Formats: sequence, C-alpha cells, structure tokens
Amino acid sequence: MYDFDWSSIPGGLPFLWKGMRTTLYITVTAMVAGIALGTVLAVLRISRNRVLSWISAAYVNAFRSIPLIMVLLWFFLLMPALIERLLNVPRHADTRLTSALVAFSLFQAAYYAEVIRAGIQSVSAGQMSAALAMGMTNGQAMRIVVLPQAFRNMAPLLLTQTIILFQDTSLVYVSALADFFGAASIIGTRDGRQVELYLFAGAVYLVICFTLSSLVKRWQNRLKGHA
Amino acid sequence: MYQWRWAVFLEQPPGGGGATYLDWVLTGLRLTAAVSLSAWVIALLWGSLMGVFRTYPNKILYGISTAYVEVFRNIPLLVQLFIWYVVIPEILPASLGTWFKQLNPLLQQFVAAMLCLGFFTGARISEQVRAGIESLARGQKAAGLALGFTMPQTYRHVLLPMAFRIIVPPLSSEILNLFKNSAVASTIGLLELAAMGRQLVDYTAQPYESFIAVTLLYVGLNLLILLFMRWVEGKARVPGFMGGGR
Repeated sequence: MYDFDWSSIPGGLPFLWKGMRTTLYITVTAMVAGIALGTVLAVLRISRNRVLSWISAAYVNAFRSIPLIMVLLWFFLLMPALIERLLNVPRHADTRLTSALVAFSLFQAAYYAEVIRAGIQSVSAGQMSAALAMGMTNGQAMRIVVLPQAFRNMAPLLLTQTIILFQDTSLVYVSALADFFGAASIIGTRDGRQVELYLFAGAVYLVICFTLSSLVKRWQNRLKGHA
Repeated sequence: MYQWRWAVFLEQPPGGGGATYLDWVLTGLRLTAAVSLSAWVIALLWGSLMGVFRTYPNKILYGISTAYVEVFRNIPLLVQLFIWYVVIPEILPASLGTWFKQLNPLLQQFVAAMLCLGFFTGARISEQVRAGIESLARGQKAAGLALGFTMPQTYRHVLLPMAFRIIVPPLSSEILNLFKNSAVASTIGLLELAAMGRQLVDYTAQPYESFIAVTLLYVGLNLLILLFMRWVEGKARVPGFMGGGR
C-alpha cells in the first residue's frame, strides 16, 4: 500500500494561497472582460447588419473550434513580441500573466457571447417593439429595456460558465505560471509528494466548485419559481 | 523580420529515419483521433449507465451516480488527468501499480488520457441522458410497466430508444468538446496533435508554421465531426418531437 505523507501541505499553504490568488485574479479578470466583450459580440450577432453579424459569428465559431490549450500556446508565443512593440517593455520581461489574461478574456468572450445571445433572445420580442414605439433608438432599447432583463434571466448561466472558467485557468500550467494547481505541482515535485498534492488540489477545487454550483442551482430554481 | 518557410514540413528531423515533419504532425493527428474515439466509447457506455441510474427508482444507484457526476464535473480536467496518470498507479495495489509503471510510456500516457477523458466526458453525457429520459412524458414509464415490462425492460425498450434520439444534438457538442479536451493530454507528454505542434517549434524554430498547421487541423477536424453529426442528427430526428420532425 502507498504510504501517505501529508506533511508538505501545512508548510506549503502560503505558497498555495499565493497560487490561488493568481487563479482568482485570472478568473475575475477574464470574467469581467469576457462578459463585456461577449455582450458586444452577442448584440452584433443579432444585429440586422449582415457584416457585423458575420464578424461576430466568425469570432465565436473560431474560438469555439480550437482547444483552449492551443489558444494559450498561441498567446504565450505571440504576446511577448506584441507587447514589446506596443508598450516598449524590455525584452525577456515576464509577460506570461498578461498573455494568460488576454487569452482567457478573448477565449471566454466567445462562450459568454453564446450564453448572452440566448439570454437576449429569451426576452420577448414585444419588449423591443414597445421600446422602439416609445421613441427609443435601437441602442437605447437594447441598453435600457432588453439587456437588464436578459442579464437577470441568464445570470445563473453566466455563473456556471464562470465556474468552468475557474477550472480552466488550471491550464496556464502549460506556461509554468504558478496558479493554484501549478503551486501544488511545484511543491509536490520538490518534496516527491505529488500524490498528496494532486489529491489535495483536486479536493480544494471540488469543494469550491461544488459549493458554487449548488448555490447557482438553488438560485436558478428560485428564478424559475418567480417566472 | 520573420522568415516564413512552409517547406519546413517536407524536411526531415535530425535522425528521423526518413520521416518528415509532416509525418510527425500526421502521427499526432492520428493519436488525437485514437485517444478521443476510445474515450468516446467509454464515455458513452459509462455515461449512459450513470444517466439511467440518475433516474432509476433506487436510492443507492441514485446516490452513486450523483456523487460520480458531481466529483467529475467539479474538478478541472487537468487535475483529473494528473490524478489518473500520477496518483492512481501509486495507490493501486502494488502488483497492479508496478505492472502499469512497467508498460511502454506511450501506452501509460494513452491509457491515462483515455480513462481520464472517458470518465470526464461520461459525467457530462450522463446528465444529457438523464435530461433525455426526464423529457419523456411520465406516462411512458407507467405504460411500459402497465404492459408487464420489468423496470429494466421498460428502460431498454421504451425509454432509452426515445431518449437517445432526442439527445443526439447535445451529444454532438460533447463529442466536439472531447476532441478539443484531448489536447490536455499533451501536458502528461502524450505526443498528440497539440504536443506535436510544440515539439515542431523546438525542432524547427518555425513557430508560426507549426502552430498554424496544428490549429487548422483542429478546425478541420471540428468541421468534419460537425458535418458527420449533422448527418446523424438528421437520421435520428424524431418526427413531431421537440420541433425536429418533418
């Protein structure tokens, strides 16, 4: 039988917590930027302008057909050169975190856009017509009447998507950036205790994600009850 | 300036024994297909069983299947992969663990990735199967039982044939997800498509050509599966059900 030895974990907690803060930082940034960009994409997608709608569809479909790991690898490859040119940051500066933030934001926007589009379409068409009849412009009707209702309907789904994002951030592992899982992996390799550290990391993710998704489920049921 | 050199794919790696870089990419593509398809078989079988348990009138089966779904959906795929690849061989009974660790490394990576992707996807499929069964009118189960079918027979002959036809569209998006998720196997060293892309960058120092080729292959694979599943969806459509019939 395997001899478990969990003694690496207490001493490693500060480092693991630092990793968790990186994980949360990426998650929250990509959530905010992703929902903002996703909203724009969703509105463009259902707009009557064929070109804009096509551009939005192409963006969403392109990102949705490529594995997240490939997207991350692309950004880790391209960003250093790009940032150097745009911001004049010295060569060899550590751009991995910036690359990860940009990659996750752009990638998640494609997934948020689909959720938000469904949310907008769940608001009855009469609402839009009514707002236009009252003399609002298209933009005003969207902003003041349709989007607030859409966001209320789809808030639980956006959160579910964010829980997936929280799990996906572990893939920054490919750049050796020390997020929560990266930190666990580093400690495990250092002490030859990968078994314990991977199990610990899995348990932490399980507790967080299970708690959050249970809360989302309860919220969803309450929304359904009101409808 | 970056020097584009697409002919790089026709060159041979040092000591490659006649294989070109293009052969490497194709090997990666084959491995991606092999690991995804074998994981799909596990996911479909296991996921269907668990989906049935989720709706079956038996508390123990319900408990087991619910725990399975929650655990496999709430741990990141990457972490699950390392648990399959690093943790499980260690905590298996010694003889089994040693046997696994003596296998050819490629086989170890392949088996770990296949099981990981299979059970990860299975959790999602079981939710689809459950939703499919629950979408059927309650009367169907009652009618099956009233006709003298046992509960397993009711599932086998009445509920499942219908449920599976209804859930073909969500299943197609799961198979697409599975193919994309298989790229995660590159992190444990399995030389599938994404990993081959990275290896090519190291060998050729032509990162853009390598990444563009690999990305386009993923997009192409995606498109191919999409077209195939459209065709399956057309065949499986239930007339008069869920707006699908004709």
